[in-house]
Amino acid sequence: MFGKLTWSAVPFDQPIPLITVCVLLFGILGLLILVTLKGWWPYLWREWITTTDHKRIGIMYVILALVMLLRGFSDAIMMRAQLAVAAGNAAGYLPPEHYNQIFSAHGTIMIFFVGMTFVIGLMNFVVPLQLGVRDVAFPVLNSVSFWLTAAGVLLINVSLGVGEFSRTGWLAYPPLSEIAYSPGVGVDYYLWSLQISGLGTLLSGINLTTTILKLRAPGMGYGRMPVFCWTALASNLLIVAAFPILTATFAMLLLDRYLGFHFFTNDGGGSPMMYVNLIWAWGHPEVYILILPAFGVFSEVIATFSGKPLFGYRSMVLATMGICVLSFMVWLHHFFTMGAGANVNAFFGIATMIIAIPTGVKIFNWLFTMYGGSIRFTAAIYWAIGFMVTFVIGGMTGVLMAIPPADFILHNSLFLVAHFHNVIIGGVLFGAFAGYTYWFPKAFGFKLHEGLGKAIFWCWFLGFYLAFMPLYALGLLGATRRLQHYSDPSWQPLMIAALAGATVILVGIALTVVQLVVSIRNRDRLRDLTGDPWNGRTLEWSISSPPPGWNFSGLPTVSGLDAFWSRKLQRAPGAAAVPLKPVSVPKRSALGVQVAFFATLMGFALVWHIGWMAILGLLGALAAGLHNAWRVDLEDTVPVSVLAAHEGIQASRVAPT
Amino acid sequence: MIDSIDGVLLENTVDATALSERGPAPRRVVVSFGFWLFLLSDIIIFAALFAAYAVLSKHTNGGLDGTQLFDRRHVLIETACLLASSFTCGIMMIAVDRRSALGTYFWAMLTAFLGATFLRLEIAEFCVMVLRGAGPARSAFLSSFFALVGTHGLHVAIGIAWLFTMMAQIATLGFRPMVMTRILCFSLFWHALDIVWIGVFTIVYLGAHL
Amino acid sequence: MSTPEHRGEAQRAPGAHRSGRDRLYSYIAGLSLASILTAASFAAASSNLVWGPSMPVLLAVLAIAQMGVHLVFFLHVSSAPDSANTVLALAFGIFVVGLVVFGSMIIMANLSHDVVSMDKLLQMQR
Repeated sequence: MFGKLTWSAVPFDQPIPLITVCVLLFGILGLLILVTLKGWWPYLWREWITTTDHKRIGIMYVILALVMLLRGFSDAIMMRAQLAVAAGNAAGYLPPEHYNQIFSAHGTIMIFFVGMTFVIGLMNFVVPLQLGVRDVAFPVLNSVSFWLTAAGVLLINVSLGVGEFSRTGWLAYPPLSEIAYSPGVGVDYYLWSLQISGLGTLLSGINLTTTILKLRAPGMGYGRMPVFCWTALASNLLIVAAFPILTATFAMLLLDRYLGFHFFTNDGGGSPMMYVNLIWAWGHPEVYILILPAFGVFSEVIATFSGKPLFGYRSMVLATMGICVLSFMVWLHHFFTMGAGANVNAFFGIATMIIAIPTGVKIFNWLFTMYGGSIRFTAAIYWAIGFMVTFVIGGMTGVLMAIPPADFILHNSLFLVAHFHNVIIGGVLFGAFAGYTYWFPKAFGFKLHEGLGKAIFWCWFLGFYLAFMPLYALGLLGATRRLQHYSDPSWQPLMIAALAGATVILVGIALTVVQLVVSIRNRDRLRDLTGDPWNGRTLEWSISSPPPGWNFSGLPTVSGLDAFWSRKLQRAPGAAAVPLKPVSVPKRSALGVQVAFFATLMGFALVWHIGWMAILGLLGALAAGLHNAWRVDLEDTVPVSVLAAHEGIQASRVAPT
Repeated sequence: MIDSIDGVLLENTVDATALSERGPAPRRVVVSFGFWLFLLSDIIIFAALFAAYAVLSKHTNGGLDGTQLFDRRHVLIETACLLASSFTCGIMMIAVDRRSALGTYFWAMLTAFLGATFLRLEIAEFCVMVLRGAGPARSAFLSSFFALVGTHGLHVAIGIAWLFTMMAQIATLGFRPMVMTRILCFSLFWHALDIVWIGVFTIVYLGAHL
Repeated sequence: MSTPEHRGEAQRAPGAHRSGRDRLYSYIAGLSLASILTAASFAAASSNLVWGPSMPVLLAVLAIAQMGVHLVFFLHVSSAPDSANTVLALAFGIFVVGLVVFGSMIIMANLSHDVVSMDKLLQMQR
């Protein structure tokens, strides 16, 4: 009746997950009770759960990312603590089977549910505003994408309390991930969670690409788009092109596990190496999907806080699109040691070194933007400067490993681990926090506390170096990745230093929560009334903070780059120059949460081999889709009176220039 | 100055502004371009399956190989069905643009019938193979064959279901813009499936004897 | 007919067409060409008229030609400026498909590069 599911799936005998799950359940239950008692459900359902507004969806993505950062980071600190003690004869406190689940969960959560969700959230919020339009191309689909991602998150968190997670690392290489060597449900949780959220991500990629290519304000040709939109375009093109490879490869592994196929098995003629090849054909574009929007954030932040236009717009665009294309030509550098021979390795090694060039162009452009500018040292610029230093170091170690002979020594060592954390933390995470700080006032109408913002930066910056520089050394000393224990006690001081670094980062994360609380408490003092708290250059700063649901009362007509800045320079009146007409906004829709509910049901059922529940989930999702197909009342009209009232209030707040 | 609420162009004259500067595109363009991107992503799924097939096609694990299993005449009939269905789909689109309900239903049913015939032939082929002991779990070659050809067949089945849904939408909602855009997307999907099939019959069936 | 195409729509939807009769001719031409190419593929593969080693090339050419026929005559992909986005997206897609398929084939074929064959191994042990 319930497939493989029995009461033994709950980890009553493992204290750490058991306590975690209990705490989480109490917390969630408490939250639900609070919401019910306060009568917030109608508001939440109407304004957030069924919203099709890209701004609200973007905010929900970022909230999801920050929450999952807590879980991903808990995994990190548990690993660091284990390694700080497990030297020589000491066994540490985490048994190997548990440790393996932790590093697998850490990687999976950080890449898919922190990195991707943060970046997609920022793009969702900002891109339509910068393009001068009212919403993305497919608002209902946007909601579906978010809720499918949330479904994936839910499944992965359920695995903590019901069953187990995979022990196969964040990419689940066969043959270990095949049914013969991982007969439990862990790998299935991993695969179904990522297939469901992967579909959401793919749909989001299609949505944003279509928006950028087909929906821009009048006059905004390609050469007048903000650089963040160009990087968003490149990133979303990569999503559309690369995520199908992940879907197909996971589908093949699922066929192996469920139906006894022989794609990647040891027997039957299967080839585990084919999995490695295909998964990295996705995996390399994936890291560029993460970093390109971060580059875009820095372009915006550096230009704004230097008070100068971005240096080298054309070369920035060319570099971005160049990275987009080149990112598909380097994937073998993740498996130089798999044995393809010197010629093949050489091709991919050289290609990897070539892809560093457009990134270098970008760094120089940012530096030249700052040079000669009058720089305002806000928290966002701190993140940008910290990024430039840290990312360059990480990039250099990457180019070092692009040389196949060097990689033969360093492959899968802690040197590699230090490298990718270097570029992901220094690049993606710093960019995410810079974007969070920069666009927070636009989203909520008040700034984040500046002093705490700088403190958070320093914790992450110093903590990162303290945590990961020792790992470079350890990698060169011979330490491999994913060790639960090591026999050489001379490594221990470095491991302890790494734990200290992680603790400093922990302080930074705690301060992020504090900053949010303090900022909300002091929001009247931190209020942004004009909509333009940073003296910005692009269109999102020309409307109120937070923007009305319809974004722009009259779509702006753009005649150049940095459209808002040129309007400010001309001391032109605001967008009210266009006579107001009634505006259509998409109606809210429950399709997203309905599809995600059934997808979660189906995913859980497939993990535990509960046939009837899986069919029910599939049919439910289809029914929700069919029901939506007959929905003809798609838009609400906002009357001119409401538009005019809003514009009137906003005009009185903006200081006349 | 052009303002578009839902992107509908308000002017009839030839516009000298560059294409990229004319503001938001009309809804039909936006939806069908988005669907075009989805189709490209679908083609990449097939690319990964083709890659797996190309790599694993010789890994027969001591079992039967393509030359012993594939019947080219059978595949020729399947190909003819699918190609004909692409044609009937095109004629259906002409009927749709004329808003002719009867014409649309007729050509749609013909398309669905040809697609269903294709599927029947394919399922029959699969059954024969399984009964001969050449099921997907027998070898990597067979796994990749069933996955590739089976995924294509699954897409055809979904397409037929979609076509019936579209006929129901015409019957209940009429030829409104939203419905017509969806039928346009269906036709893109159906033609793309025939393009994928060209790859399948060339590489899998004709290629088996190379 | 006041379909968007006839109002001088600035951008063309992928797959959208011109007049009814043009479309009919397009489909008939497409069907004819595709049928010929299909028949040619099957005939070539079944006969002995073509030199063996050139068969893969011939089949590939016929297949690519037929895909082109489908794109032009059924999907109406053209080089007009209003379908630039469609064509560029298609080009990117083809690029990725090529890399995935041929890249994988090259990489996987090369993986036995450093593997010593059994006889050599036995020889080395003597």
